[in-house]
Amino acid sequence: MSSHITLDHGSGGLASQNLISDLFFKYLSDPILHRLEDAAVLPAPGGRIAFSTDSYVVDPIFFPGGNIGELAVNGTINDLSMQGARPLALSLGLILEEGLFFDDLEHIIQSIAVACEYAGVPVVTGDTKVVPRGKADKIFINTSGIGVVDNDIEIATGRVREGDIILLSGTLADHGITILTSRAGLQVAGNLRSDTRPLHFLVEKILQQEGDAIHTMRDPTRGGLGTTLAEIARATNLCMEIKEEDLAMHGEVRAACELMGLDPLYLANEGKCMVIAAPDKAEAILEAMCSVTEGSESCIVGKVTKKYPGRVVLTTVSGGTRLVEPLSGEPLPRIC
Amino acid sequence: MKYVDEYRDRDLVSALTEKLHRQTDRPISIMEVCGTHTMSIFRHGIRNMLPRQIRLISGPGCPVCVTPSGVIDAFVELAGRSDVIVTTFGDMIRVPGNTGSLADARAKGADVRIVYSPMDALTLAAQEPDRMVVFLSVGFETTTPTIGATLLAARQQGRDNFFIFPANKIMPPPLDALMQDPRLQVDGLLCPGHVSIITGAESFRFLVDKYGLACAVAGFEPVDILLAILALVKQVNSGKATVENCYGRAVTGEGNTRAQTLVDEIFTPVDSRWRGLGVIPASGLALRDKYSAFDITKKLDIHIKPSGEPRGCQCGKILKGIRVPEDCPLFRGRCTPANPIGPCMVSSEGTCGAWYRYGGLERKNLEGKQ
Repeated sequence: MSSHITLDHGSGGLASQNLISDLFFKYLSDPILHRLEDAAVLPAPGGRIAFSTDSYVVDPIFFPGGNIGELAVNGTINDLSMQGARPLALSLGLILEEGLFFDDLEHIIQSIAVACEYAGVPVVTGDTKVVPRGKADKIFINTSGIGVVDNDIEIATGRVREGDIILLSGTLADHGITILTSRAGLQVAGNLRSDTRPLHFLVEKILQQEGDAIHTMRDPTRGGLGTTLAEIARATNLCMEIKEEDLAMHGEVRAACELMGLDPLYLANEGKCMVIAAPDKAEAILEAMCSVTEGSESCIVGKVTKKYPGRVVLTTVSGGTRLVEPLSGEPLPRIC
Repeated sequence: MKYVDEYRDRDLVSALTEKLHRQTDRPISIMEVCGTHTMSIFRHGIRNMLPRQIRLISGPGCPVCVTPSGVIDAFVELAGRSDVIVTTFGDMIRVPGNTGSLADARAKGADVRIVYSPMDALTLAAQEPDRMVVFLSVGFETTTPTIGATLLAARQQGRDNFFIFPANKIMPPPLDALMQDPRLQVDGLLCPGHVSIITGAESFRFLVDKYGLACAVAGFEPVDILLAILALVKQVNSGKATVENCYGRAVTGEGNTRAQTLVDEIFTPVDSRWRGLGVIPASGLALRDKYSAFDITKKLDIHIKPSGEPRGCQCGKILKGIRVPEDCPLFRGRCTPANPIGPCMVSSEGTCGAWYRYGGLERKNLEGKQ
């Protein structure tokens, strides 16, 4: 094998076949994938089908706490999970830039395999294209996923009611600040790490326990918790009241946000689940969330009221109150 | 987090607000001159804590906001050259001029890069010896010393493809000009903490002597800001104006003299145009002759074309504190952070941006719009 990806690897010819058999199949072992048919044929599950797709173009492709590969697996699993679906299978579309280091690709495929293995969700179909140098940035990944939603589960923004409780499965802004500081080449003391992880175990746990009480779920990725809540407030015309002191953050994340003048409410998370649930079951749901690894730092962060319809209101640690509007444009560091 | 948590402490904050409510017995107008103050006041919900008689006015202290559109146009035109890499702090990238923003230019193929320090731009110049790397030198006293230090380093390295586009400004002259405007009634000034670290608290003494203006240098956390507002209220009540340093953990009376000497060695004051305020004598900084080889406007013979403000935009009056964003017909309608028309909307420190993002709650409580 050569040390770089060349256009031949995307030709569909021998080099492509070698890439598939020597690299992809080395790590991705699902028998349906290995059939190399034009489409994966899966057994039909009971319940309803959830179907989601997402493309991953993160720069840098390797970052503290993960890389673009596991992000692509976890991200689509999480999109499915937020609708209450049990993820069944993923597709993997790769767009590679000519000249990509073969070792980097191998590392990414290996991470995809590990993430799939951990999640118990296989890649069952895939595609690879190579584009000339400069036409893509090293590697772009698209994953689509299908999952199944049990008939008695109904996760929808429209079910959010006044009095509902807002829960969050852990700390804020880990992924967003890690990417921004890596991009800037900033050395922040401490250990900034992306929080990329699959959320379907957590979701399965709480749905099993209190399925009906869970009104809606979101994973606050791009735009952060602030934008996610603002969308729900707008859609429901209800007020989302949150408390700054209840929003958990790692110390180094807070420090980096303060340093760069960034609001953690608008930074991406890649392994956090926000749940809005009926108040009488909130404690039980919190307990269930805390009982799984990825939710061990879960807490109640707010409630749904009618105070300012359609808006998100934050009570600051100092006791002030302010609005949280949806993010517009990329978060940018400030001048001074 | 040290130096943050204790200054956001709820008990301290409520003790200070209580004191403020007890001691405020007349309408008092306070201008916060620094964009970071504006942002912090909104972000921590401080307006809601204050007595109704205290009116906060946001002044011209956001460096991005006061950069005139003609200068932005020159930045954009420069970025369009294939032999140039433009480097800038993040805030500047979305600010619209008359011919679009740097972000628009980047989308059309210009090489515009966000840096976190001018030193990063100098490093880039070493990596790209065949192109001119230009740092857009925008900012107040706080940022100028680092730019000066970068120029010294560039000279030491003999780097001949590194340039700056000098557009730095200094704070005292516009404050002097503002205080002479009869439309603006200000009782007290929340002096900018970051600027004061460099210039020293005493650099605002002339406002006390000349206008009897109450002055308090403030840090950026809620306790810092409330403490300084309380100091201003006390000064106004007693009729004895002075400069109080309420940010003693960072600011001294004389400031950072090393930084001052460095800036003085490299830059010289020149008349400068401020968006909304017009030309203010000796309010900008140009490179001294010794350093003019680093000036891209000299190298490429760039001239700033005079240009008006966008039609209907009230940024000029807002920067002067004689209008609030809600008075502007474009605010929240045509002008939003996603589609900013004036610079006060685009910068995270701009008054309109802060009002849009955080300000809705106190709108109905606001009084005393002029």
